[in-house]
Amino acid sequence: MADEHKKDVDAYSGVDTTGHEWDGIKELDNPLPRWWVWVFYASIVWSVIYWIFMPAWPALPGMDGHTRGLRDHSERANVAAAVAELEASRAPMFTRLTEAADTGGISAIEADPDLLNFALAAGSSAFGDNCATCHGAGGQGFIGYPNLNDDVWLWGGSFDEIRHTLHVGIRWESHPDTRFSQMPAYGRDELLNREEIAAVTDYVMTLSDMIEPTEAGQTMGAEIFDFQCSACHGADGRGDRTQGAPNLTDQEWLYGGTRDQIYNTIWRGPYGMMPAWEGRLDEEVITALAAYVYLLGGGESETITEASAADVINTQEAGR
Amino acid sequence: MAKKQNPIWGWHKKVLEQNSLVLTVGVLAVVSIGGLVEIAPLFYLDETIEEVEGVRPYSPLALMGRDIYIREGCYNCHSQMVRPLRDEVERYGHYSLAAESMYDHPFQWGSKRTGPDLARVGNKYSDEWHRDHMRDPRSVVPESIMPPYAFLETTRLETEVVEGRLRALRRLGVPYTDEMIENAEADLEAQLDPFSASYDAFVARYPGAPIRDFDGNPEMISELDALIAYLQVLGTMVDFSTYEADADENLR
Repeated sequence: MADEHKKDVDAYSGVDTTGHEWDGIKELDNPLPRWWVWVFYASIVWSVIYWIFMPAWPALPGMDGHTRGLRDHSERANVAAAVAELEASRAPMFTRLTEAADTGGISAIEADPDLLNFALAAGSSAFGDNCATCHGAGGQGFIGYPNLNDDVWLWGGSFDEIRHTLHVGIRWESHPDTRFSQMPAYGRDELLNREEIAAVTDYVMTLSDMIEPTEAGQTMGAEIFDFQCSACHGADGRGDRTQGAPNLTDQEWLYGGTRDQIYNTIWRGPYGMMPAWEGRLDEEVITALAAYVYLLGGGESETITEASAADVINTQEAGR
Repeated sequence: MAKKQNPIWGWHKKVLEQNSLVLTVGVLAVVSIGGLVEIAPLFYLDETIEEVEGVRPYSPLALMGRDIYIREGCYNCHSQMVRPLRDEVERYGHYSLAAESMYDHPFQWGSKRTGPDLARVGNKYSDEWHRDHMRDPRSVVPESIMPPYAFLETTRLETEVVEGRLRALRRLGVPYTDEMIENAEADLEAQLDPFSASYDAFVARYPGAPIRDFDGNPEMISELDALIAYLQVLGTMVDFSTYEADADENLR
């Protein structure tokens, strides 16, 4: 063997060969670059240091769990700590917010500029994550998803009512106290025929002066309205907030205000839902959201809160 | 070149380098050490096989929805992995647990986050919102760049293949029972009708699964039914009001 390893310098490059030869092909014996060798050694050393400080070895048979390392590092513990730190930093303001909301309602929040800014910031952030998906980034709403900037409210627009709606949701059946009502699907479920629905559509559109009264609307339509619709929407069509029944005499339409859209709404009986956020969001975040939504522009002053549902409608009418 | 007199060097050349089969076996042996040390323990260590109460195999309808999710490439833009990072936990809720995707083959964690993470989208929006959004995403989210999937609600779901899919997943270790496989198609239909005769049997087999007509059209079982049933169950199986991340079995 020794003869294979005689010093053998390649004439062309001047570099030693390994002495290996295959069919006349020889292998140069260039040394590894020095920097590379040192990085290699350093990474071996680093790996040993890493084993000592960080979780590294999965358990081998007989071991109880993996090696935890001196730092006892855990991603789960880290995020729990980060969230706890965040919550602690917010806690004083959240406590103030809850206290103010529970005792003085929205006016107590509005009276304290710091608190107001805080509620708006917290509310706006939670709104973007959770509410904007349906109500739009600016709360402008879409067909089927209410606009939160205006003064049209289905279930009540006072701070307390908004806060309550956020808690229990609307037609969100997994919450026992959710706000609930259901409009029949008059067409789909064959409660009314096409002619009758068309007549009611006429009548409903005359309530808000969108069209001139039609004969069918004023006779058949009015009769059907009285029999089928007035229980929830009221004999005069002004709606009933205790049942989330919209006012039909304004020109605001959740499911669209064209003739076809109104006809279709009566045909299919909308069943709009809003999730219950209780349990999903923290109490304080719900309070901040209620303040944010209230202050988007359409919030109703608190004197209305204490009034009965009938008075709410009257008050709203008086202001119109 | 004294070191080259080392007998090992000669052995190296003679036995390994000049004998390709031995060299191949030797390379495989060395490379597999890395795999054995890193991967093998995951299969027998208790602490890596986390089981969390509430996690169950997908109901047949949700499973079909999952296959549509994969077919349409939803994972190209949506992840299903709430990472243990503060801001992500703030936005989406509790970070994802390994157990929550234990019956996913393949898992849908994803890594491309063009759209929002969907790991906890279940029960967050109404079925109607999902319908509107699939028909035309921009009708509810004007800034969205998601393509519309309006055809799903007019495409009939191939319900007859579901039994085979459950069977295939059982081979991969998902604990579907004989009973579940036998009743797969019936269960798929039962999930769409809260008044069906097999309601109780379905609830017993898939506790907590939402039961209703998801696409708003009871006349037809559409692909949209399946997809919404799947989306509505994502991230809802574990009850995080009782789950304790600090419990020994959950800390690592």
